Amino acid sequence: MTTTDKAPDKVDTDLVTLTIDGVQVSVPKDTLVIRAAEQVGVQIPRFCDHPLLDPVGACRQCLVDIPDAGNGRGFPKPQASCTLPVAEGMVVNTQATSEVADKAQQGVMEFLLVNHPLDCPVCDKGGECPLQNQAMSNGRGESRFAEGGGIKRTFPKPINISAQVLLDRERCVLCARCTRFSEQIAGDPFIALAERGALQQVAIYEREPYESYFSGNAIQICPVGALTSADYRFRSRPFDLVSTPGVAEHDACGAAIRVDHRRGKVMRRLAGNDAAVNEEWISDKDRFAFRYATTEDRITYPQVRETLPTGERGELRPASWPEAFAVAARGLRAAGAGAVLTGGRVTAEDAYAYAKFARVALDTNDVDFRARPHSAEEASFLASQVALSGGVTYDDLEAAPVVVLLGLEPEDEAATIFLRLRKAAKRGRTQVVSVAPFTSRGLRKMQGRLVATAPGAEVEAIGSLKDAEHGVTKDAVILVGERLAGTHGALSAAVELARTTGARLAWVPRRAGDRGAVEAGALPNLLPGGRPVTEASARVDVAAAWGVDQVPAKVGRDGNAIVAALAKGDLGGVVVGGVDPDDTGDPAAFRAALDAAGFVVSLELRETDVTRAADVVLPVAPVTDKAGTFVTWDARTRAFDAVFTNPASLPDLRILAGIADELGRPLGFRTVSEVRGEMQALGPWDGARAELDAGKAPRAAKAPKGEHPMALATWKQLVDLGAMQDGEEHLRATARTPVARLSRASYDAVLASSDTSLDGAGEQQLVTVTGDRGSLTLPAVVADLPDDVVWVPTRSVGRGVLAELASPGSPVTVKGASR
Amino acid sequence: MSDTLTPVLTDNWDTERAWTLASYEERGGYAALDKAFAMAPDDVINAVKESGLRGRGGAGFPTGMKWGFIPQDNPKPKYLVVNADESEPGTCKDIPLMMASPHTLVEGVIVSSYAIRANTAFIYVRGEVLHVIRRLQRAVQEAYLAGHLGKNIHGSGYDLDLIVHAGAGAYICGEETALLEGLEGRRGQPRLRPPFPAVAGLYASPTVINNVESIASVPSIIVNGPSWFAGMGTEKSNGYGIFSLSGHVSTPGQYEAPLGITLRELIDLAGGMREGHELKFWTPGGSSTPLLTPEHLDVPLDFESVGAAGSMLGTRALQLFDETTCVVRAVLRWTEFYKHESCGKCTPCREGTWWLVQTLAKLEKGEGSEADLDLLLDQCDNILGRSFCALGDGATSPISSSIQHFRDEYLAHLTHGGCPFDPAASTAFSPVGAEA
Amino acid sequence: MSTPAKLDEKTWGELREIAARYPEARSGLLPMLHLVQSVEGRVTPEGIEACAEILGISAAEVNGVATFYTMYKRKPVGDYHVGVCTNTLCAVMGGDLIFERLKEHLDVGNDETTPEEDGRRSITLEHIECNAACDYAPVMMVNWEFMDNQTPESAVQVVDDLRAGAEVTSTRGPRLCTWREAERVLAGFPDDRADEGPTAGPASLAGLAIARENGWTSGADAGSDKGESK
Repeated sequence: MTTTDKAPDKVDTDLVTLTIDGVQVSVPKDTLVIRAAEQVGVQIPRFCDHPLLDPVGACRQCLVDIPDAGNGRGFPKPQASCTLPVAEGMVVNTQATSEVADKAQQGVMEFLLVNHPLDCPVCDKGGECPLQNQAMSNGRGESRFAEGGGIKRTFPKPINISAQVLLDRERCVLCARCTRFSEQIAGDPFIALAERGALQQVAIYEREPYESYFSGNAIQICPVGALTSADYRFRSRPFDLVSTPGVAEHDACGAAIRVDHRRGKVMRRLAGNDAAVNEEWISDKDRFAFRYATTEDRITYPQVRETLPTGERGELRPASWPEAFAVAARGLRAAGAGAVLTGGRVTAEDAYAYAKFARVALDTNDVDFRARPHSAEEASFLASQVALSGGVTYDDLEAAPVVVLLGLEPEDEAATIFLRLRKAAKRGRTQVVSVAPFTSRGLRKMQGRLVATAPGAEVEAIGSLKDAEHGVTKDAVILVGERLAGTHGALSAAVELARTTGARLAWVPRRAGDRGAVEAGALPNLLPGGRPVTEASARVDVAAAWGVDQVPAKVGRDGNAIVAALAKGDLGGVVVGGVDPDDTGDPAAFRAALDAAGFVVSLELRETDVTRAADVVLPVAPVTDKAGTFVTWDARTRAFDAVFTNPASLPDLRILAGIADELGRPLGFRTVSEVRGEMQALGPWDGARAELDAGKAPRAAKAPKGEHPMALATWKQLVDLGAMQDGEEHLRATARTPVARLSRASYDAVLASSDTSLDGAGEQQLVTVTGDRGSLTLPAVVADLPDDVVWVPTRSVGRGVLAELASPGSPVTVKGASR
Repeated sequence: MSDTLTPVLTDNWDTERAWTLASYEERGGYAALDKAFAMAPDDVINAVKESGLRGRGGAGFPTGMKWGFIPQDNPKPKYLVVNADESEPGTCKDIPLMMASPHTLVEGVIVSSYAIRANTAFIYVRGEVLHVIRRLQRAVQEAYLAGHLGKNIHGSGYDLDLIVHAGAGAYICGEETALLEGLEGRRGQPRLRPPFPAVAGLYASPTVINNVESIASVPSIIVNGPSWFAGMGTEKSNGYGIFSLSGHVSTPGQYEAPLGITLRELIDLAGGMREGHELKFWTPGGSSTPLLTPEHLDVPLDFESVGAAGSMLGTRALQLFDETTCVVRAVLRWTEFYKHESCGKCTPCREGTWWLVQTLAKLEKGEGSEADLDLLLDQCDNILGRSFCALGDGATSPISSSIQHFRDEYLAHLTHGGCPFDPAASTAFSPVGAEA
Repeated sequence: MSTPAKLDEKTWGELREIAARYPEARSGLLPMLHLVQSVEGRVTPEGIEACAEILGISAAEVNGVATFYTMYKRKPVGDYHVGVCTNTLCAVMGGDLIFERLKEHLDVGNDETTPEEDGRRSITLEHIECNAACDYAPVMMVNWEFMDNQTPESAVQVVDDLRAGAEVTSTRGPRLCTWREAERVLAGFPDDRADEGPTAGPASLAGLAIARENGWTSGADAGSDKGESK
């Protein structure tokens, strides 16, 4: 628990000395009595109080006796310690020393149980319920209400307030933590108190479910069993669970989580408490999306592809690990030049192993972790600006007067950052400025200012931020999302903005492993520790540490070039780890490259189009089965231990080591701790950094002939069809409805040129967006976009925009459609 | 020495069409404006301070002092909000005032707003009094047309907008911070204090909230001077107030008198209790003030004396009940009211009133036992001073005081196996002389 | 289920007009909900959604407000809303008996509405809390207009007249309008009845009459003298 509600920026704290239960204690000014009491080891019972929510004083459970308020006079009646700030010389007597306080607390507890169903034996909260615990510690033995034949108010048993969240109104003690969280922290007031008096209840509006990206936090902070999740309901008892701390693997924020498991199975995940990162909140994706690791299609044993007597490719068949390593090594050797493609989901240790495998085992710098649209400018940006950078923290976001978002939609892509920025904006100290196509719900909730920007126009928009009106000064922070790489010159413009204003810049990728992969050297131009491939001394460093004669000197191919080279036959073999083809810049080209490749080794958790095309499939351990480290956007190393001990479940690095051994080019490690030791020993590069080189602009895509083109804007919504949310039907059901967004003028123009008409009042107009890869039909929504821009969510329909519509930023056409 | 009755606010109520601007101005209405505008705002505040006017909404906080709490160096706009949510059972003074002479209130609003330097004021009137709302709306409209409201009032350079805001049915909105919530379009649940409304009230801006009668009294103080006002009443309870007599009295109604008049005097003025009956119990200031009995007939009705008698002056809502009335039934009904009106925010009030009603209902039916009386008192002890606002405290007043004064009557319900009273006997339309 | 009728443009305009009266729009919510009732006969989902949209708040928040205040009705209200005060003083003075008689006479329970019948107006009956007219007890409210000093018989006469469509006048106010018309006034759109009815009822004048008889005054520069003293 935090001791104060003060902002993290350091102020000279005035200490106030008071006496609690006879013990003198000094605490910072403005500390609430309830938290000051914690300092002397006294836990005052409470329900509505929460250190991260505004004090409300509603439940009255925390009453204490104040014989002296610090002015020589006492309060005649017990006071709520959750709303009372300390005062110099104050005397506080809690239930531990005061009969008045004890009776007051017992009285409130008795009232709380008047209308509570006392159904603990069937309640999910039983065993970890503050009401249950405090009733035992601070309540009466028997209920005078029940003895007197009292009649409780009843409600129909739990109702769904979203597909995920259930509400049992009988159990609710109306502390309003959930509604206050939703309003104050998440900004999603879709639950509110309704009715009044004893009939007061938490309620949604009948036509508007509680669909918040953060709804699970309301469940977690509910001090009774009133809010439960559809996922966890009736699944286990808290005393049967073992808890292991972990780090959320769904984004680059590094939120602390607690993994609760039983007999080798994860039962639920909760928010961990880390004041410097996620405070006590996590997104619903971090909380509810974990079954992807235990779905039916999980690969549990190595497989190798049979070769038919005709010499043609046969089916995959099970193999032993040694056989699979041997087949993989043999295949890669025979295929000639090889490359490594690894997604941004792997741990820093695994990324390091991929990076080293490429250099040592395959003798190439053809390695790239960017399983998404990327550019040469971005690789240069990562090498010159991101690797080894740091210093911008969550607390800095809260302290900055201005935070600029470039190609980043935090609520969807970095939820923990979103909550921090919203907190800062709500305090009125931080202005968020977003270069984006429209004012998203998240930006509105951060009271942010939009610099409306069409895809492709980012360079100009970023340039305009130098104007004084935007307030980008040396105290500002510029957050650059990975999507900014989609426009040539935009990353360079961002760096230029930081240079001219003195503002600090940080890169916020979408995936948990991205930043670690940069540091580990899983890039064609970068060796581990931020060492430029082009620097001879850097190569010498690495070669010496690895005990090899040399590492390749030529800058490698990036992901796009590897795909092209495989298709062309310039590359023969490829090792693919954790890549979903539909996430890549050109999914069709990626698949074609796999088909064309001479030999494909796939390291995967579950069956994918890569495993189906592979010659050897090697199952990797999910995050629960291995230790590892995620490096967050703010360069924080977030190490975690394995939740389960599963000898059959190998981390990527162990598998790569096995193949390398068979290739006769051993990697020199077999375990996570050995890799960590090696990374540590190698250390960071202390030489000159590469210069940022924007390179040449790629050719612009051509507009379809004879059509009025619109620019395609897109990003992934937090809850969508991503593979790591598979198996979570309740979570998926809370996803935001996919829509196509257009400006009013564009919308009107689309309708005017279409011969469709609305079906009836209240029906949403559908539009069909068509690009060079296909079409999507979605309901249209008018928003404050620039004209001739259409926004659609990247991965919320079918196989997604990249596979089935067009490349982000490219021209598409929009037409009215009928149902 | 003042006269027994001192009509000021009620003085024009017998005038033809007193609610119209023409009638009001004919009697010298709006004279306080120019007099006030000729004074510095702080001098208006000082005049009200000197008059000794204390809040007429029940709590009796000095009005001038409240105005003085407004931080004038705060750059935010200041607001005046009139609490016209008159809902305390027994209280019925503001409604007839606004019905008969809405301009008295409007004039008071203008002078008071000028004093605290508010340019926007609100009258939050309970919604359940349609005709009163019509008359307020009309009065405000007339005042705008006559230049008493709007820009540059009477050429003084002072601007004021006044908005009549109808509530929607919630007793709790009489609590000033709950009222602000209602006025901000929210659920009428009381706010945490501090910050107090004087610092952060409506829209988190400095705000004065005063009762109708308090504000309506201001023009008379400005016109007649603070010493005129302070010359009435008792030492610490200055001035006049409207005393509302209701129930089993011959002539119920509004009696405007200096504070400190006794109930005995008022009943005498009202022609005595209804014929053939005698006073059994009464509330000095609404149902939230502990019940008193005939032994308190000579208590001066001022803040200090009623407090010393174990109750509160409250809103001077004198509900008089004669011996035909069952005190248990009366108290049960009030308790049901508090249960119905509890906002739900805090545990003791929300759950406590739910339980109190059940315990009382059982006793009223003659069920339960004497131990239930102690249980009731303990429940009250667990609510009083533990709840978030005064509504919970008010709910305990009738119960604790009635058990104190009428314990035997509760027990009689147990021995009688139910209520020993005939409910018809207490009605206004019962045959004269009906017996309990 | 068919799509419910949308609020018309005029209503949308008036809802926006209410919001614009205040320094902060959300202050308009209470009167806006009154307006919704005047148009829809109750607080409807369409009304809630319209308020939410205009004020930029969630429908859950509007719903929380609409369910907090007792004047907002979830079920359709009849042409007339008849409220009988059954708070202690009125109850003791006869309110309980009046309420019982009306329930029986109208054959409805609390918060229920008489059925729609040809040629008869409908009535919603409810017992209400103290309406600040205790000196006129027992009190009944029709569409929130005072019907003072009722008896069971007079109350029955009132509801019979209302049902028959006869003109009924408040004992201390104007000719009665319908409940929906009353809600429109509460929303801040006045009708033209402010000048109807008396200045004050007899009980309101009780003390003043005695003062006049005795020549008692406050010693103020009262009455028309005030004007001259300027």
